[in-house]
Amino acid sequence: MSTTSVPATNVSQSLATPDNPIYKRRVWVNRFNLLMSLATMTFGMVFLLWILFTLFSKGLAAFGPALFTQMTPPPGSDGGLANAIFGSLMIVGSAILIATPIGIMAGIYLAEVGRDNWIAKITRFINDILLSAPSIVIGLFVYTLVVSNVKHYSGWAGAAALAIIAVPVVVRTTETMLLLVPNSMREAAVALGAPQWRVVLMVTLKSVQSGVVTGVLLALARISGETAPLLFTSLNNQFWSSDMNAPMANLPVAIFQFAMSPYEEWQRLAWAGALLITLTVLVLNIIARTLFRQKSQ
Amino acid sequence: MAFQVALGDTTVAEVAATKIGIKNLNFFYGNFQGLRNITLDIPERQVTAFIGPSGCGKSTLLRTLNRMYSLYPGQRAEGEINLNGVNVLDPKHDLNALRGQVGMVFQKPTPFPMSIYDNIAFGVKLYERLNKSDMDERVEWALKKAALWTEAKDKLSQSGLSLSGGQQQRLCIARGIAVKPEVLLLDEPTSALDPISTARIEELVSELRTDYTIVMVTHNMQQAARVSQHTAYMYLGELIEFTPTAQIFVKPKDKRTEDYITGRFG
Repeated sequence: MSTTSVPATNVSQSLATPDNPIYKRRVWVNRFNLLMSLATMTFGMVFLLWILFTLFSKGLAAFGPALFTQMTPPPGSDGGLANAIFGSLMIVGSAILIATPIGIMAGIYLAEVGRDNWIAKITRFINDILLSAPSIVIGLFVYTLVVSNVKHYSGWAGAAALAIIAVPVVVRTTETMLLLVPNSMREAAVALGAPQWRVVLMVTLKSVQSGVVTGVLLALARISGETAPLLFTSLNNQFWSSDMNAPMANLPVAIFQFAMSPYEEWQRLAWAGALLITLTVLVLNIIARTLFRQKSQ
Repeated sequence: MAFQVALGDTTVAEVAATKIGIKNLNFFYGNFQGLRNITLDIPERQVTAFIGPSGCGKSTLLRTLNRMYSLYPGQRAEGEINLNGVNVLDPKHDLNALRGQVGMVFQKPTPFPMSIYDNIAFGVKLYERLNKSDMDERVEWALKKAALWTEAKDKLSQSGLSLSGGQQQRLCIARGIAVKPEVLLLDEPTSALDPISTARIEELVSELRTDYTIVMVTHNMQQAARVSQHTAYMYLGELIEFTPTAQIFVKPKDKRTEDYITGRFG
């Protein structure tokens, strides 16, 4: 192709020259929009980093072996958060153990069995509502249902409240993941004569297992910082307790109580607890993202 | 034997017994009628090809033979499809058993997210309880049948997804024959593959014909001519012509068939 002798009217000559006014305008609009999105991103990042910086600078002061070995102290003396950490592990662990099977099975129903029938439609609608329900409402719900009936706060009540929060997250991610499985995969398994439960368990669910695990981890991250539902259900405990039928110490409520107190030692511990939860959630999110990236490759 | 050209097989074609007898078959996607009054006898241990332009109903017809459409509410078939003389459209007919008799391979290779070995064992375990050595033997047999053994024997524990497209498709064929079906349905099995893989699959189909009744949908007329003994030409949900392959490409009876195979439309 000769480019030197092309006349100006030649149709093959490109219109995308830098001095084309339409093109120029597009370049400026692009620059403006890029700048705006950078600005909003910075706005968000600044606050996030600010929070993290404050957490680290205040929380690290009380971070040490004592945090994990000593009990929550009475006002005015030093101590740790051992009982609260243990209680949180117990409550959150039980909650996720309850929520995972329910959530996965409901997700399977929505994606593989019900699909578009009315039960599935209603379930999906209610699940969406639950997904955005204020956690304090769920705390009150479990309070009236469990706590006011058995007449005492308990770890189990806390686990139940957190499980109710975790279920919709697991349901949603499981369903979304299963819907990503191409229909050809299902047909291929069905074509061999496999019954539906085998198709779901051994083929479709298996092909998105890392996505489903990601959903469970995200639910775990979501509930590990919840305070409001635990205030009404598990309450708190000064001492080490592994009895799920009794009030149980846990990190969010301990932070809440200590942060509101006038005692400096308690406030320090509250910062340390807040840092601990943030780090846990951060790690959970990183694991979830890594797993998900492996899945999409 | 394996390389025997379809055009030379007319005599064989005429004497074969009927494996699947389709009678007055109508098929509906909701209110849309996808197949109109299809009557056709698919001969045993031969390759039957369905050809026709896109949307003519050839895949729809294939998917009625193992009742794949039953997965989707709103799709229904009326009429008769007699496999070994038993009507499989009977609502009481056991679908999983039917699919054990009639295997299927799809357009896009669909290895399951498990090892090559387990991909084959998955189907076998649905029907048989084999011990380890018998299962090993069956996996080897199926992979050899599908001409994949030499390439896969050293990586049986690797994921089926690690194979190339052509190998994946042969894995799907191996998986299909491992359960020992009587009929094998192939839905455009080579349309997603390169020419070399296509040639291997075609060779394989010609070899498998000695043991299985094969029904194949293809949009490639040369492929139909190369591997099939019988060809059905379909158009707008109707069966226009069903004759020995040698005849349909040389002397089609219907004007519409002629227009299609000579490339005047489609």
